[in-house]
Amino acid sequence: MNMIVTPASPATPNGTTRPQVRIVIVGHVDHGKSTLVGRLLHETGSLPDGKLEMLKAVSARRGMPFEWSFLLDALQTERDQGITIDTTQIRFRTNSRDIVLIDAPGHAEFLRNMITGASQADGAVLIIDALEGVRDQTRRHGYLLHLLGVKQVAVVVNKMDRVDFSAERFNEISDEISAHLQGLGVKPTAVIPISARDGDGVAERTDRIGWYKGPTVVEALDRLEPARPLEALALRLPVQAIYKFDDRRIVAGRIESGSLVAGDEIVIMPAGKIAKIKTVESWPVTPVAGRQGAGRSVGITLDRELFVERGDIIAHTTSAPRETRRLRARIFWLHDKPLAKGDQLLVRCGPKESRATVVAIEKAVDPGELSSVENKAIGRNHVGEIDISLSNSIATDPYTENPRTGRIVIEVSGRIAGGGLVLSVDAGQRALPVDIVPVESALRPDERSARYQHNGAVVWLTGLPASGKSTLAKALERRLFSNGGSPILLDGDTLRAGLNSDLGFSTADRSENIRRLAEVATHLARNGHIAIVAAVSPAREDRATARRIADTSFREIHVATPAEICEERDPKGHYKKARAGALQSFTGILNDYETPQAAELVIDTSRRTVAEAADEIEQMLKTTGVLFDEVVDLAANI
Amino acid sequence: MHLLKDDSAANGLSSSALVERVPAQEFSADLAPSMDHLDQLEAQSIYIFREAFGRLKKIALLWSLGKDSNVMIWLARKAFFGRLPFPALHVDTGKKFPEMYRFRDHYGKEWDLDLRVEPCPPIDAVDPTLPPAARSAARKTEGLKMALGKYGFDGLIAGIRRDEEATRAKERVFSPRGLEGNWDVRDQPPEFWDHFNASPPQGAHLRIHPILHWTESDIWAYTKRENIPIIPLYLSQNGKRYRSLGDQDITNPVASNASNIDEILIELEQTKVPERSGRALDHETEDAFERLRVAGYL
Repeated sequence: MNMIVTPASPATPNGTTRPQVRIVIVGHVDHGKSTLVGRLLHETGSLPDGKLEMLKAVSARRGMPFEWSFLLDALQTERDQGITIDTTQIRFRTNSRDIVLIDAPGHAEFLRNMITGASQADGAVLIIDALEGVRDQTRRHGYLLHLLGVKQVAVVVNKMDRVDFSAERFNEISDEISAHLQGLGVKPTAVIPISARDGDGVAERTDRIGWYKGPTVVEALDRLEPARPLEALALRLPVQAIYKFDDRRIVAGRIESGSLVAGDEIVIMPAGKIAKIKTVESWPVTPVAGRQGAGRSVGITLDRELFVERGDIIAHTTSAPRETRRLRARIFWLHDKPLAKGDQLLVRCGPKESRATVVAIEKAVDPGELSSVENKAIGRNHVGEIDISLSNSIATDPYTENPRTGRIVIEVSGRIAGGGLVLSVDAGQRALPVDIVPVESALRPDERSARYQHNGAVVWLTGLPASGKSTLAKALERRLFSNGGSPILLDGDTLRAGLNSDLGFSTADRSENIRRLAEVATHLARNGHIAIVAAVSPAREDRATARRIADTSFREIHVATPAEICEERDPKGHYKKARAGALQSFTGILNDYETPQAAELVIDTSRRTVAEAADEIEQMLKTTGVLFDEVVDLAANI
Repeated sequence: MHLLKDDSAANGLSSSALVERVPAQEFSADLAPSMDHLDQLEAQSIYIFREAFGRLKKIALLWSLGKDSNVMIWLARKAFFGRLPFPALHVDTGKKFPEMYRFRDHYGKEWDLDLRVEPCPPIDAVDPTLPPAARSAARKTEGLKMALGKYGFDGLIAGIRRDEEATRAKERVFSPRGLEGNWDVRDQPPEFWDHFNASPPQGAHLRIHPILHWTESDIWAYTKRENIPIIPLYLSQNGKRYRSLGDQDITNPVASNASNIDEILIELEQTKVPERSGRALDHETEDAFERLRVAGYL
């Protein structure tokens, strides 16, 4: 039996060769959506045997006349409430399409669920009551479909029986909704007069709508184009995880667009590091030789050990996504609390996440009104355009270039609160990857450790200004050097004078400062040295970044001298200046130092001598495997 | 097709028969093979598995031994390159068919599963106002709660599908459960663009549904394509077969002559009888299933 890809066989009846089209039906709550769906299921022969009879019996038992909408109201809770309450998926077939209908309720308070459904749709049916015409909610749904990028919209004008199948009334509504949709850049594929209750226009052009020459609803659905192929776009493989179950180091993720094959030269964004795909791993057959296209969940190995983490995007070197810390997005907001300038968020772009701040709100629109109501905040179920500043750089594309990587989701307190499309990105300094070919050291790690009697490490001293970091760092440097080791001091202030002289003290610059320190220190650690970093590094997330970069070689020491004592010491006079208002953004009197929660060591320098503190650090480095314990070594030699 | 008919057949199955090493298919260098429907379902499920494994701390897969959960295990092994890197939990009512227990014991070893079998409380401990079959199923819910308490899982992977039953159509892929394991159908977090809410409240857990988007036909077509073992009760004997397997006393076979997967697929194409029609608990009262689901039943 072939375990790989088999073509559709006649014995595999689930329509493997028929294009699948996902649609959503939207409209005002009373305009007959559920009735249309019930009728469509009936007309396409998609109802289970006896279902209709069963529901008719249930209706009779409850003393209610049967309605087509009951078919959808399968939940008791729904029947009680009299409206559909959530997104449901229903399948049926037209002549040449498998249709997956994502039912979406109409009540405004359930709009977020509609968006959940509509967001996955290739096409939409917008339903309007012939008697009531275009309502607020109709406009809002039209606007949201536009917002979500649903381009194929068929309009049905329902309840034509209520207006005596008047062509005049139909044309009036048709003109109004067509103008509205075209204003949004959406041209309706059809506008169809129907009576969902009686069946006119659903699968058949009856005499009562004899004046109508266009397609029926079923025909219109049959003409919907499936989503356009993502494989034609540039390769985007967002990294979901790195697995080391065995001796393979597998980078796993789903190809969102484009394709890849073993041997391809790729770039890992946003870092811009370059490697080649060594193998494409799989199971039960591995490795696979073939090219893998968009939509596949894959695992690859690379030809060199690079730092890769969840959220990175793998692309081809010639068509990499943009790296950015700032983007503009058109978003829809689902949270109770309106989104305002200055709000702190979590932005997700594929598996990548970053803390973010709303820098500006450019537009805030009530989709029902279609006018910019206020520019200060985006209310629940409203939409808007915002500028976002990210605390970590991410790799992304404008959604017009890539619908998959060009969309973001916004979280507030761990819950999805909105989503949107990336309109534009401010490319970072590294817009195009440089072709970097790392040169490996001529020395093996064990040659160095045999000489130094220690492994490489990053010893990271964090704490308030004047807490004693530099003093401790220098004492440790001396101690390690005296023992034959190779310590190297990286002082935050010293590096700011050179390598980091382009950086200020904004949140973003501080993050970048820490990132650079961590990269340099990690390079030294990889080459067997002990990099001693002394830096205030007040932000927990920045220190977490440093730990990610340095990985297992990271040792965090919190120099936890009480704030009053630090201010009293003030050897550089910074506290005095800051108190006088001459120093902006000075950690220490702003209370913005985020205390480490899992440091390898905590030292209060007000309660011990420098030598005692150095002893403690040395001991910690021994127990965590950085320094070789002489006693153990001696024992090993006996 | 691998079948576990009886012990002798089981002994005849070598592990090499299960992990077939087929030479990698050669594709033209500049064209990726197009994905068919099953490929798309598979890729989506793998994505969900990897999200669950990466974003939650302690997860387990609920292994009911049925066709759906066997497909799930297969998909998980695809996601994790041959392994199931978390426990397979079987909440055992003690009333399954002997064939099911044989299947569990055999493939638990064969697939190298970290199998945890957890018992259910006695029937007396379960809400007596439920109809008999629903009460029996509710026992399983209690067993599940006990297992949750014992291990402290923050995520349980369950093999439910949207097409099975109307209430399941409302489900999310990452579905939060309350502290009592209950499901609040009215207050589900939005879930779109494959972004899942992976932060259960303190003490609560998430249900993860990697095959929510599959249909019964998909399960069989995939089982056939991938050569996944099945319990023979699914195939027709004396004009009857089981479409869905539960406890012996509350599961009935349906009339069928389908004696292999191809015939099952043809039968499904023609039938309009619901899959769970053999499950007594679905039919006792109009809202029995809904009540069970709200209380934490799968």
